Amino acid sequence: MTSVEPTEAVTGIPFVLNGTAVEANEGELLIEACERNGVHIPRFCYHNRMKPVGMCRMCLVEVDGGRGPALQPSCMLPVTPDMKVETESEPTKKAQDGVLEFLLANHPLDCPVCDKGGECPLQDNAYAFGAGETRFVEEKRHYEKPIPISDLVQLDRERCILCDRCTRFASEVADDPLIHFIDRGSQTQVNTFPDHPFSSYFSGNTVQICPVGALTATPYRFKARPWDLDAIESTAAADTSGARVVLQASQNELVRTLGVDSEAVNWSWLSDKDRFYYEATNSPDRVTEPLIRDGGELKPTRWGNAMRAAARALRIDPERVAAIGGARLTLESQYAWAKLLKGVLGTDHVDAQLGDSLPAALTLGLPRTTIAEACAPGQIIVLMGPDPKEVAPTLYIRLRHAVVEDGATLIEITPRATSLSKYATLRLQTAPGTVGQVLSALADGQLDTNVGTVQAPELERAHQLLTGDRQVSVVFGRANLAESARYSADALGGMRRLVPNAGYLPLLRRSNIHGALEMGLTPGFLPGGARNRGGLVDKWPSTPEFEGHDTDAILKAAAQGEIDTLVLLGADPLGDFPDSTLAEAAFANIKTLIAVDGLLNTSSARATIVLPAALFGEEDGTFCNLEGRLSPIRAKVTPPGLARPDWVIAADLSHAIGPELGYTTLEELRSQMRATVPALDDVDWDEIDGADDGPLFRPERNWELEFGDPAQMPPTSSYGYRLVVDHKLWDLGTMSQHSASLANLAGPAVLRLSPNDIQLLDLADRQQVTVDLGEESWELPFVADPQVAPRTAWIPARLPGFDVRELLSAGRSITNLRLRTGEVPADVE
Amino acid sequence: MSRLDASNVLLAREIIARYPRPKSAMIPLLHLSQQQNGHVTNEAMEHIAELIGVTPAEVLGTCSFYEMFKREPVGRYMVNICTNISCQLLGGEELLHHAEETLGIKPGGTTEDGLFTLEDVECIAACTEAPCLQINYRYENRVSLGRFDEIIAEVRGGKRADVPTHGTLARIRQHIDPDRLAGIEPPEVAGVPPWFASRQDEAKEETA
Repeated sequence: MTSVEPTEAVTGIPFVLNGTAVEANEGELLIEACERNGVHIPRFCYHNRMKPVGMCRMCLVEVDGGRGPALQPSCMLPVTPDMKVETESEPTKKAQDGVLEFLLANHPLDCPVCDKGGECPLQDNAYAFGAGETRFVEEKRHYEKPIPISDLVQLDRERCILCDRCTRFASEVADDPLIHFIDRGSQTQVNTFPDHPFSSYFSGNTVQICPVGALTATPYRFKARPWDLDAIESTAAADTSGARVVLQASQNELVRTLGVDSEAVNWSWLSDKDRFYYEATNSPDRVTEPLIRDGGELKPTRWGNAMRAAARALRIDPERVAAIGGARLTLESQYAWAKLLKGVLGTDHVDAQLGDSLPAALTLGLPRTTIAEACAPGQIIVLMGPDPKEVAPTLYIRLRHAVVEDGATLIEITPRATSLSKYATLRLQTAPGTVGQVLSALADGQLDTNVGTVQAPELERAHQLLTGDRQVSVVFGRANLAESARYSADALGGMRRLVPNAGYLPLLRRSNIHGALEMGLTPGFLPGGARNRGGLVDKWPSTPEFEGHDTDAILKAAAQGEIDTLVLLGADPLGDFPDSTLAEAAFANIKTLIAVDGLLNTSSARATIVLPAALFGEEDGTFCNLEGRLSPIRAKVTPPGLARPDWVIAADLSHAIGPELGYTTLEELRSQMRATVPALDDVDWDEIDGADDGPLFRPERNWELEFGDPAQMPPTSSYGYRLVVDHKLWDLGTMSQHSASLANLAGPAVLRLSPNDIQLLDLADRQQVTVDLGEESWELPFVADPQVAPRTAWIPARLPGFDVRELLSAGRSITNLRLRTGEVPADVE
Repeated sequence: MSRLDASNVLLAREIIARYPRPKSAMIPLLHLSQQQNGHVTNEAMEHIAELIGVTPAEVLGTCSFYEMFKREPVGRYMVNICTNISCQLLGGEELLHHAEETLGIKPGGTTEDGLFTLEDVECIAACTEAPCLQINYRYENRVSLGRFDEIIAEVRGGKRADVPTHGTLARIRQHIDPDRLAGIEPPEVAGVPPWFASRQDEAKEETA
């Protein structure tokens, strides 16, 4: 595909455009070559990130390839040498006029009530290239209007001009071909199969690329008119990929998010979470003023009171203060909070991750690659982590494209099949607890014996692929919350030995988590990855004098009464920490809980003091994505009520405690960050604001990462089913649950089993399976799922119906379940 | 139960095995499901999608393109009367009106006994024999009004063994023993077929 190539200055194929000699790239399509040479050809179906189809005929131009001039679709025609192209000639104009007349024959003239009116390519092209009036007097086609084709997208078939953009996107880019042309012929329409809605994670993109008002997003319908919208470029913060977006607001309320074409990151595509979760910022549940617990109830108070109360609770022995969270914050706020917590208060019990991830030293220390490098043609991509489609959907689109279109080779080493499995050249099914030994065997060249569930020939093949001369990129993360993070870390150690020059892309949860880790919101590190007392931060009043706890250890310490004050920076340990029993025990023993957030969650609802924070779209700042790429987060609306940006709260709180953080504006804060973290000063900050892609923040780190001997595989249990727990895109997360359109998308928690095991367990006629763990039993609904391997059971986390954390415990290395049929067959119930 | 039944699933698997890609078996499987139920049900389309690894929407997209795949129940006999130009000139429309009155239904409708569904169709490529019609796609030529009544009576009386009931149109189904299969490989594995490679060579020689 042509446009995916960067459009550089070219020496290439000469052709004549409207009488002027110009040049095209090798293999470039005429429509692109003309665009690059300053001539815009009208189009509907052509989209530079998808394959051309020549469906709408709007881009017809007169082309003379040596056999005389003829009308040809410029989106389907690669430029050949000395081609003569006329885009302004009479035949071209007549063709454009004619095509528009045909398109408008059935298109309703309901522009005044259409959401697309004012930004509609059909409207624009009709004005620019059409006849201005119609000769068509017959009745137009009529359909029921509109029909919902998913929870988020509505379809008005009368307006559709059958350009094939949405259907191509669904099958080509998103790989969810749930919408299709139906009744092809004179009655062609786009539609879904009855009762199979277009429930793609990427459905919102079809709304954005629809060249007419046929597809509209339910959250935006009739909310605003395009000419009323204020827009600003920003970065989506629903996941770690850092997709570039435009935020649009009307009357100081965010009403729409559109994808921006960033070559490095999202290629104009967004996940529906990135696109629609701005709704949470308009939620009526927003915390708009400081709250303080009084007589068991949270009551509004003034900032001054809240700050004094918080300062009192924090001015204690630093070892009795802890903070959890911070991934929601901007890079600037993360630095400010790190400075407050570590530099002013002197505690190191600070962790932005919630025990569902990998040690921060690995994420910070492994040599990082970029999405573009990992997805370059002919590369080898290794997935050793969760399903990218669930954790970072934009990355999934890039990885899938690399394998399907660019000949990259995918090797999957995961405990369950993912959305990318069908494209994998090789898939190593590692039962929970075995991945470390599998990678160790690969690194040691022990390829002749089976390791756990991985067969010797598979090891042989993997070894052959990984030790060849192709560049290897490893996408890594925590694939399973029900097995110890130790195994994933062991696996990375093995990979380091096996492929020393591999590049790494971390696949973590929580939006700006990489910024948080880089800014020191993790135990043992200061901003820039500096070790504690490393001497780097001499601008800070002090640095912690002890090695702090991670979230797991913080909660354990709190449960034993060793933590008095806990600060929550947008985190929800009660709802999100894998061991809910531990989190509950910890919360019971904390004296003062300070929550800094814009929306209350299960944990912050129990806070002693709530400090209202600005959210997405309400504050300026910087985002650091999984590549370490910095891009701007910008404010388009004002924070509601008395809410303030987190970096302002940090400064005020520090003032209330005593020492000043030393800045009064965002610019001063940035200067301080650049002075403290040398690698941040190496970044061209103008580029963050200016360029589409944003610069990479790449501190020099030649750390010798220490990997011990890999842990032994847990013994196989004769009746055990090993549990796999990971996250789905739609869950009970705070932002999703406060977005009206997204709140109901989280499916019920269901135990998933391989179809074979359902036969083996004699469950075929039942709806429930009995799960035994230790002394306890649960009755759970189950479904057959070919993504699940034999002898494993998969339950996604944080879904309504069943909290799978009941089965998890921080102390267990793997979780073995016993499954059996219940006493009563389902049909008797 | 309008998914494919057990014996048809076996047949479906055999059909799928004939193609390099399972998806290629979509149309034969749609025929199979129409044969089973007289029309293609939604459940059958979902089942076919499962069998060949596509979404139901893709099956519907293909199925709905073909007029002869019926997605609603139809009578045991489809009566298709041509009203295109030759037939029209020689009484096709009168024939259609007569059929409407005789059967008591409009085009698209089905008689109450579920025996006949009437359709007016465009040219069915028998202009020399106009006016013509088809009963379950078997031709009747130069049909007078009287002849039409006879045909209907014959069919009702079970005297037309040559006309299959609807859904059983693909009466000949090829069966290839597995050991005689040609060993089909997907194009990306098999590479350029020899006949195409030789043409490419010729083309190169010509341009050279």
